[in-house]
Amino acid sequence: MRESIIMKIHYGTALGAVALVTIHILFRMTQNFSESLQYQNVIANYHLLPYALMLEVVLILLSVHGFNGLRVILLELKQGIVYEKLINYGSIGAMAALIAYGSRTILMAGMGMS
Amino acid sequence: MAVETISKTPEVSLPISSDSITLRISRFNPKNDLSPIFAEFKVPIQKWTTVLEAILFVKQNLDHSVAVRYSCRQASCGSCGMRINGKPALACYTKISELNSNIVTVEPMHNFPIIRDLAVDFKQMFANHKKMKPYIIREDSEIASDTKEFLQTPEDVEKYLQFSYCIKCGLCNSACPTMATDESFIGPQGLAQAYRYVADNRDDGKKERLKIIDQSHGIWRCHFAGSCSHVCPKGVDPAMAIQLLRGYLLGFRK
Repeated sequence: MRESIIMKIHYGTALGAVALVTIHILFRMTQNFSESLQYQNVIANYHLLPYALMLEVVLILLSVHGFNGLRVILLELKQGIVYEKLINYGSIGAMAALIAYGSRTILMAGMGMS
Repeated sequence: MAVETISKTPEVSLPISSDSITLRISRFNPKNDLSPIFAEFKVPIQKWTTVLEAILFVKQNLDHSVAVRYSCRQASCGSCGMRINGKPALACYTKISELNSNIVTVEPMHNFPIIRDLAVDFKQMFANHKKMKPYIIREDSEIASDTKEFLQTPEDVEKYLQFSYCIKCGLCNSACPTMATDESFIGPQGLAQAYRYVADNRDDGKKERLKIIDQSHGIWRCHFAGSCSHVCPKGVDPAMAIQLLRGYLLGFRK
């Protein structure tokens, strides 16, 4: 993939994440901060399908942005064909693993499993 | 870092008696030395003496083995780039009186392999420069008998003029923080030259050049520190060229 497309995704995911995390924070402000972190209230968020979907999108946006950022930093630290392939594929793998694990958590919490 | 002090005083006297400074020259031969050392020389100066003239005074009178690259002595050839009191600058274009210091330290530029002392290897920078296809690309020619000179308005020229002032001295690459860690990075010099031709309305090679710079060690590795533009002795603004090139790649510019 061309680097400009990757960077467009990088900037787009940053903007998307800022917008959605802002919504997430605004939702926290509908009640006291300590209340919003109570177990029942947190679980209630996952039971609300649109909110759970938003959390899933936030997870994807932050994972893509974060791991691409890490990839860029690591590519600047050291160069070499093998190293760069390892970093590129490693970042994609780690990103997929984090999204899978986070999605599993969202799904389990949404289905009432603990 | 070890410091070697050479106590040899100059045997020649300048026509007008003047102040003197201590010139500290980084000495390093990668074939023999493990790390650079500084050699110190007392050099008489006048208010118009440049750093290059001080180095040449050392070469002529105190130590002829100091390695330095120079040619035009008027900031046109881009040969005498070095770090002067820590800042990348042209030695021929820096007056000692402007440095406000009695001790002047000269070191080779960062981000270039050292050949010896103050002379660095420009091979990689020139290779990156060539990679940018630094010439007008188009099918037709203005030198064929049935064609005319390609006309440009002053506004067309203004778009790229400052970038054509580049003398390939390497100071921008030396100041670039990305180049310090990423040796595959094209660098501000190459990217500014890519923009110089992309912005030229006589040129049809925009797509080719944008493809070359749109790589993992290309334009996107610039962090916009802006130090390249800060040190350029010819007033070129590579940081701006990089941002304008990004505009093409992001679709903000056509």
